[in-house]
Amino acid sequence: MNPPFSAIFLTTLIGAGQGLFLVLFGTELWLGASAMASRAHTFLGIGSVVSLALTAGGLIASLFHLGQPQRAWRGMTMWRTSWLAREGIALPLFMAGVFFYGLAHLMEADATRLIGSVTALLCLTLYVCTGMIYVCIRFLQEWASPLTLVNYLLLGCASGATLATVLAAIQAPGLVIPYAQLATLITLLGLVTRGASLVRNARLKPKSTLQSAIGIKHPRIVQKAQGFMGGSFNTREFFHGRTVAILRSVKWAFLLLVFPVPLLCLAMGVAQGSTSLLLAAFTIQYVGLIAERWFFFAQANHPQNLYYQTIS
Amino acid sequence: MTQLALVIDLNVCVGCHACVTSCKQWNTSGTAGALVDLNPYGADPNGTFFNRVQTFEVGEFPNTQTVHFPKSCLHCEDPPCVPVCPTGASYKRAEDGIVLVDYDKCIGCKYCTWACPYGAREFDEQRKVMTKCTLCVDRVTDRTLPERERKPACVLACPANARLFGDVHDPESVVSIAIAERGGYQLMPEWGTRPANHYLPRRKTEIRIHPEDLERVDNPLKIDGKQPEAGYRSPGREDFAT
Repeated sequence: MNPPFSAIFLTTLIGAGQGLFLVLFGTELWLGASAMASRAHTFLGIGSVVSLALTAGGLIASLFHLGQPQRAWRGMTMWRTSWLAREGIALPLFMAGVFFYGLAHLMEADATRLIGSVTALLCLTLYVCTGMIYVCIRFLQEWASPLTLVNYLLLGCASGATLATVLAAIQAPGLVIPYAQLATLITLLGLVTRGASLVRNARLKPKSTLQSAIGIKHPRIVQKAQGFMGGSFNTREFFHGRTVAILRSVKWAFLLLVFPVPLLCLAMGVAQGSTSLLLAAFTIQYVGLIAERWFFFAQANHPQNLYYQTIS
Repeated sequence: MTQLALVIDLNVCVGCHACVTSCKQWNTSGTAGALVDLNPYGADPNGTFFNRVQTFEVGEFPNTQTVHFPKSCLHCEDPPCVPVCPTGASYKRAEDGIVLVDYDKCIGCKYCTWACPYGAREFDEQRKVMTKCTLCVDRVTDRTLPERERKPACVLACPANARLFGDVHDPESVVSIAIAERGGYQLMPEWGTRPANHYLPRRKTEIRIHPEDLERVDNPLKIDGKQPEAGYRSPGREDFAT
């Protein structure tokens, strides 16, 4: 596929926003009724504002994907069958949940746990919807695996936890170490599942062949013309247009930028008490996730490409 | 249940692209608006087409066959592009099984093209909506046209009669008979999309001559033995014949 940057920014931004919210809500549950809980209101409130900003950024990015953004509301109507419509509903609902969660904390209201539980549920629903958009297309074999869903969840949570560490370093120094540990744990888990999906995809055997595409059972078929000499939607949308070498270097770049480098920055940032190193950890991981998502799209080989192999 | 479809005979398609141009002409002049042509006379012309003819070479020289392969929306009976549409703009008509896009509802998210393994849909860069073969729904349902013209433009244009049009659910229709008698097949059956359009395979062209074709077995001159036929290539054979 040709990676659409709108979808890359949408999924990485809301992934980080959702992960941040889950960490914040987990913190509230973890602190319980301790003395620290009453002092954490401002931190959780401001954290929610950051989460809301990230998801709003994702929502805006997604509008750039549409040919007719003024009709975007129609994209919520077919929720019975379409995961994209379900995501379109879950995202604003989650944003509303985060808004009220943050508001409740900033006003030091009592209902934060109730709002937070509902929002956490919406957050997980949103992760499932986002992942299923890709998992449910069965002939994009690189995507059609539960690993895709798990990766969206874990990589989103990892960047969210790294961001939470940065915010804690600014506002709630007591939470830096547990957050850094959590971010490390989730990032390592993400490395395992993303690595597993890379291994899986490397061993995939395409189900469709040129033989099944045109229905001629001969081992040697060569395309001589694709029906036109200029480009078309089919040649633009479904192929990244880069060399194998670039694809491979993007893969190694994201494997470095998402996993070991941010972990190193986190460890050094915690050890030296340096907020800027923690911020670098999040920034590097986010840039790495953009590369990861780009590779995720570019690696998916659409069977329609079988029909478009030779210009003339 | 009616399921209108095309049956494309690869045995006679000559790759003339008449179906491509007639499709473009009909669908660019219709009430749904023009099909975009970007930079048509420039270095990199491109535009939206509902139908393309591709060419494949099968086999190894000198035993090769050139196969011209027209490709348009297959109007699947289980279309994967329809359930993924978030707006309901993509739909399959219950009355005749044509898969259509409602251009007024489409938000141009292109998700349906990801979900079509055949690459049958093309995004219109001018109207910013998804477009696809309509099976000339405005022709085939137009009662003001004479009966024989109620066919898709590509079918009417084909000079080799390589494109048949009809209801594949009606066992008596010309398309069902062609599929049954000539081994019509579907593309990429492995995905279970059950395309309504079928393709008829290449056939070996051969001539069979039976002895009866050359010599009448019930020739009355021979039956009673009164005028025995002269042997093959012996004199007198022509005299009996005349």
